[in-house]
Amino acid sequence: MNETTTFADSAGATARPRGNRPVLEVEKLRVEFPTRKGTLRAVDDISFHIDEGEVLGVVGESGAGKSMTGTAIIGLLEPPGRIAGGEVRLEGERIDNLPYEKMRRYRGARIGMVFQDPLTSLNPLYTVGFHLTETIRTHSDLSEKQARQRALDLLSEVGIPAPERRIDQYPHQFSGGMRQRVVVALALCANPRLIIADEPTTALDVSIQAQIIRLLQRLCREHGASVMLITHDMGVIAETADRVAVMYAGRIAEVGPVQEVVKNAQHPYTEGLMGAIPTIGGTHEDLVQIKGSMPRLTQIPSGCAFHPRCPKAFDRCRRERPELMPAGRSEAACWLHDPAEKGRRRGNG
Amino acid sequence: MAEVAAPQGPVATGETLLSVRDLGKTFDVSAPFLNRVLQGQPRVHLTAVDDVSFDIPRGSTFSLVGESGCGKSTVARLVVGLYRPSQGRVEFEGTDLARIQTRRQMAPLRRKWAMIFQDPYASLNPRWRVADIVAEPIRYHGLLSGGQAIRTRVGELLELVGLSALDGEKYPHEFSGGQRQRISIARALASEPDFIVCDEPTSALDVSVQAQILNLMKRLQRELGLTYLFISHDLAVVYHISDYVGVMYLGRLVEWSDARLLFSNPRHPYTRMLLDAIPDLEMSGRARTPVGGEVPSPIAPPAGCHFNPRCPFADERCRSETPMALKVGVGEVRCHAVEEGRLPEPESA
Repeated sequence: MNETTTFADSAGATARPRGNRPVLEVEKLRVEFPTRKGTLRAVDDISFHIDEGEVLGVVGESGAGKSMTGTAIIGLLEPPGRIAGGEVRLEGERIDNLPYEKMRRYRGARIGMVFQDPLTSLNPLYTVGFHLTETIRTHSDLSEKQARQRALDLLSEVGIPAPERRIDQYPHQFSGGMRQRVVVALALCANPRLIIADEPTTALDVSIQAQIIRLLQRLCREHGASVMLITHDMGVIAETADRVAVMYAGRIAEVGPVQEVVKNAQHPYTEGLMGAIPTIGGTHEDLVQIKGSMPRLTQIPSGCAFHPRCPKAFDRCRRERPELMPAGRSEAACWLHDPAEKGRRRGNG
Repeated sequence: MAEVAAPQGPVATGETLLSVRDLGKTFDVSAPFLNRVLQGQPRVHLTAVDDVSFDIPRGSTFSLVGESGCGKSTVARLVVGLYRPSQGRVEFEGTDLARIQTRRQMAPLRRKWAMIFQDPYASLNPRWRVADIVAEPIRYHGLLSGGQAIRTRVGELLELVGLSALDGEKYPHEFSGGQRQRISIARALASEPDFIVCDEPTSALDVSVQAQILNLMKRLQRELGLTYLFISHDLAVVYHISDYVGVMYLGRLVEWSDARLLFSNPRHPYTRMLLDAIPDLEMSGRARTPVGGEVPSPIAPPAGCHFNPRCPFADERCRSETPMALKVGVGEVRCHAVEEGRLPEPESA
């Protein structure tokens, strides 16, 4: 079914309704880096899914493993990094153990990518038009001329003025915002079902950031693509995502509908993170501080990795590692939400 | 500290510490001499800062915000004398910095200000121990003599910023980004300055670490009566830390005012656009007026008001005549539309 992706009228593809069938399923994914000092686990048994037409935000501080998760899904882990366990399924088909050539064809065709720095995602020696037509022709059997027409359509779709003139220009002739638009166009070339956007707006100024976010949102709605939006900016997630997964030290600390996670955080880490973000219109009081910093991968604490920094940690947190469990309308990996623990606390209190 | 004054009031004592008048800075960005001669290329000048005026009362925080390339860092460098102004003047405690000719005249003033930079990885010498880094300003200005006295003082400074006195024996690479920024702050405080210029001090940090640093900076300001010039592109951070905020666009200060007033009642269309563009956690779903376009090249800025090509309220006068600063409340605005009263009231949230 995958090779049959056609390009007939793909620019104006009818909006696919949002269904409940997951486009991407990740189960117990584990990414490891063997080093001289032992094996580092950058992503540790994480499971999540992205439904059709859904935007899943993945937030976390640097070193939380969010980019590593995205890289593992598209199979671009740099050796010696490797997937050490778990499964990744795209529309029901397992993709984490595909041979290199087959995965290469899927990349771009079924999973699109947008990276942080638009200058490094484009080859400075080729024109923008070459990038686009090359990608289009790799994943379809359009002729040179048809591919160029489709490239022009894409450029105007992502809001680049005068595409006929711009298509033969080189990346350095574009501004940062315009370059990121080209990268978005590249990701959309083959109408992928899933787009992994890794910090797509971090390198851009706020006014341009707003334009790019709105563009991504609109295009995904029109093309019916699902998005995995990786960023450290909670504001971007709050405005864009349907659900959000909060990562900490290679694990998902909390996942749930975006309003729930922002306004009604269940995991102490999420709670601290939300309080640490300055807001306009908020008080000028001191921000909530999470003491310490994220542990290094060589020194992940036992039990819940957050316990040394957690104000609510108790004995069990130091011994046993919590898995995601229902908490309010979200899921949180925190023993505070274990029914047994709740019962015990009530008994004590 | 040697001369810790009694803690001053939370904000301004009314006295002006730093006064910037009609400040301008032009850089020569012409092609090399031979190219100009052989290819007949003209001299090209870039006006990075154009006619900027503001005052900072002692004990308060004045922030400059704007998108990249708007000249905010250039202002910071002009203020501490790292660049010589092309026009206008900077007065520190009533002394005009441009009148100072010799290093010897500058030295007593230099002690009174310090700088904190954006990248704590680049701003600390990797071959020096932290104690030497922090002690350098003390030694340079000859504030203390004798190894023991300096060591004790360095220990005090490190503890003041939340590190341990024993950390002085380590090298910068042994610290995380947040801890390094604490070291930068300790170094800035070593010369017992009145005034600290902070150029994007938290942009390279994660939110939870950013919260720690912002809280630390506020605490130090309360305890030591410091005055800050704070440069940032993050409006939420600026709102949180500032007493006064100035918004820059293409080298001009388009608006400045009391922080709360500026954010609750922005006057200049550019300020409104910036505030509108930031994604916020509230997800209020307020109608946004997306502003298209990008910041034009500062080498050939548009005539009249630099913002006119992107401004929804621009008219003929805006395209030809540079707006003058207009006193509004405590602050100033440079906008013909505000002056003529033809700007609609901002939609209140």
